[in-house]
Amino acid sequence: MIDAVGHPTSLLLLGGTSEIGLATAEKYLEGGPVRVVLAGRQSPRLADAAARLTRAGATVETVEFDARDAAVHTEAVRKAFAGGDIDVALVAFGVLGDQEKAWQDIDAAVELAEVNYVAAVSVGVALAAEFRRQGHGHLVALSSVAAERARRSNFVYGSTKAGLDAFYTGLTEALRGEGIGVTVVRPGFVHTKMTEGMSPAPLSTTPEAVADVIVSAVARGREQAWAPAPLRFVMSALRHVPRPIFRRLPL
Amino acid sequence: MPRSQMTLAGWARTAPSRATVLTGDDVASTEALSEAVATAGERGVIARGLGRSYGDTAQNAGGLVVDMTARDRIHAVDASTGLVDLDAGVSLDRLMRVALPFGLWVPVLPGTRQVTIGGAIANDIHGKNHHTAGSFGDHVVSMDLLLASGEVRRLEPDGPESELFWATVGGIGLTGIILRATIRMTPTETAYFVADTERTANLDETIERFSDGSDEAYDYSSAWFDSISTGSKLGRAALGRGSLARLDELPAKLRRDPLKFDAPTLLDLPDVFPNGLANKLTFSAIGELYYRKTKNKRGQIQNLTAFYHPLDLFGDWNRAYGSKGFLQYQFIVPLDAEAEFRAIIRDIAESGHVSFLNVFKKFGEGNRAPLSFPMPGWNICVDFPIVDGLGAFCRSLDERVLAMGGRLYTAKDSRTDPETFAAMYPRLDEWRKIRDAADPDGVFASDMSRRLRLTS
Repeated sequence: MIDAVGHPTSLLLLGGTSEIGLATAEKYLEGGPVRVVLAGRQSPRLADAAARLTRAGATVETVEFDARDAAVHTEAVRKAFAGGDIDVALVAFGVLGDQEKAWQDIDAAVELAEVNYVAAVSVGVALAAEFRRQGHGHLVALSSVAAERARRSNFVYGSTKAGLDAFYTGLTEALRGEGIGVTVVRPGFVHTKMTEGMSPAPLSTTPEAVADVIVSAVARGREQAWAPAPLRFVMSALRHVPRPIFRRLPL
Repeated sequence: MPRSQMTLAGWARTAPSRATVLTGDDVASTEALSEAVATAGERGVIARGLGRSYGDTAQNAGGLVVDMTARDRIHAVDASTGLVDLDAGVSLDRLMRVALPFGLWVPVLPGTRQVTIGGAIANDIHGKNHHTAGSFGDHVVSMDLLLASGEVRRLEPDGPESELFWATVGGIGLTGIILRATIRMTPTETAYFVADTERTANLDETIERFSDGSDEAYDYSSAWFDSISTGSKLGRAALGRGSLARLDELPAKLRRDPLKFDAPTLLDLPDVFPNGLANKLTFSAIGELYYRKTKNKRGQIQNLTAFYHPLDLFGDWNRAYGSKGFLQYQFIVPLDAEAEFRAIIRDIAESGHVSFLNVFKKFGEGNRAPLSFPMPGWNICVDFPIVDGLGAFCRSLDERVLAMGGRLYTAKDSRTDPETFAAMYPRLDEWRKIRDAADPDGVFASDMSRRLRLTS
């Protein structure tokens, strides 16, 4: 159970090496002990992530999970819940891909769609079932500003996040009244390994700042959150900019 | 079947969860209830009374919650022995109304009468007379407990299964479901109090009043204290101390009907309060009023509401905190930790977390129940509106309370962690052994039992 002051007892990170996910775990650990389940592919990076959170005071378990293999998603989620209730689950996996390749190469496009969208939907269904069984829980899905209005430079990625965004926004409604919360988080440009070497967009942010947004949104039961918060107003303006102008914007 | 899906929360309205709630005949019939317990499923079952515990003791996410108010019969009142035999779902309010004409008084009354007998036992509740009368479990002559196996066991404090009796007292429903109990009531000539009220100017005076032996002259005593003012006004208090009035102490007018149930309620608060109304400005103002209203007066005759339940003037007062709710923090520390205790009061006042409903009381001896909260010491209760940083502040208070050998109260807690709780209740393992023997498969479970890892 998330307690009276918004602190969870347990946290599941799907995408166990996600920098935003790990920053979120660390943020929660500042507020008291947390059992963290890291779901990801067995790798030195996952082991490093586990060690990092253990140092920060967490009790860490790892569960084998590969976003590309939909056949094992249900089993992986079930295993993640085997050690006790999960209070907060963060769907944090995703790939950026090579945008120019992605819209011209079928395999590259399909891989982006499978990881960012199909896998997110598949684990979303499995998580909703587990949360309904335990009667409580909060689901957080990492969407993107690109889901709101994709640009020429990121539309394949943007389309996968738009799908994820619509699915989890709908899940919020489906689970309303079941005691289960869903938050869709839309970060802007985040400085991580995934974006290394790219030139940052305006209002760029860090994994730590996104973690703050997530923790606060969960505590307040918010269904939608932007990171950083002013993006909400920027994007609601951009949504209505005519295409001929939008394509000329230096974004 | 009268089952429904409901979202349940504690009185503080934080951390709600969804459960299947069993009501009506399925609860009233012992056979049906045993069947429901036997088929509860992996998420288990917990009994719930009137939902006045502040935190997550009487909710069970994904499992079964038994609404015990369906068991509401008072079976017998014996005026000569003072024993009342009644169902666990009867409220103290109703018990008081029924028993008063017989000259019988509810032996332990908490801050509200809207709690059930089952809840009173399961939380081993206390009242303003703790220093003279102990806690609720001390007045239970026997109780019937529905076990996980489906069988009903009659338990007595010194009977063959006294261990299970005392594990159930304060056991927050995790040993079984209390179905029925016999309570030893306190004989009284009137339903009024002879009360002395006084103000203290600061914390030193407040502690002095409770330490100078004057407390022993009263059956009931407690104080409201100021937890917002700092500096010289820090810890100033309004004390209310008294005892049940004898007939000859009443004025002629009240003597005509001395056992009249006299507990007026003014109004119910509507559910319209915005978040943030509970702030330093409003709390300071109300606190100042409350403090000034209290006069140094001796020998006043007061009714139950005036002396005991001033909050009952406003029904559903928890709504004043808005939808975010609030957090009740109640702790007790041993008497010898006085210096550090003063420091805690100062730090609460200086923390910026504002609390208005503050209770200060010196407790007497505790009882044999391993999870019973009371012990000799300084008992403090404050309630904070939910704001950012409150969690960290409460964690720092936990550490200090623990370092002083103190503890938190299960009926109030909604946020501490398993390690801290276990350290505060050194007899937890002893309780677990008795509990596990009575319920080896862990059928009885609650959100609190999972949060604090109380059961295996």
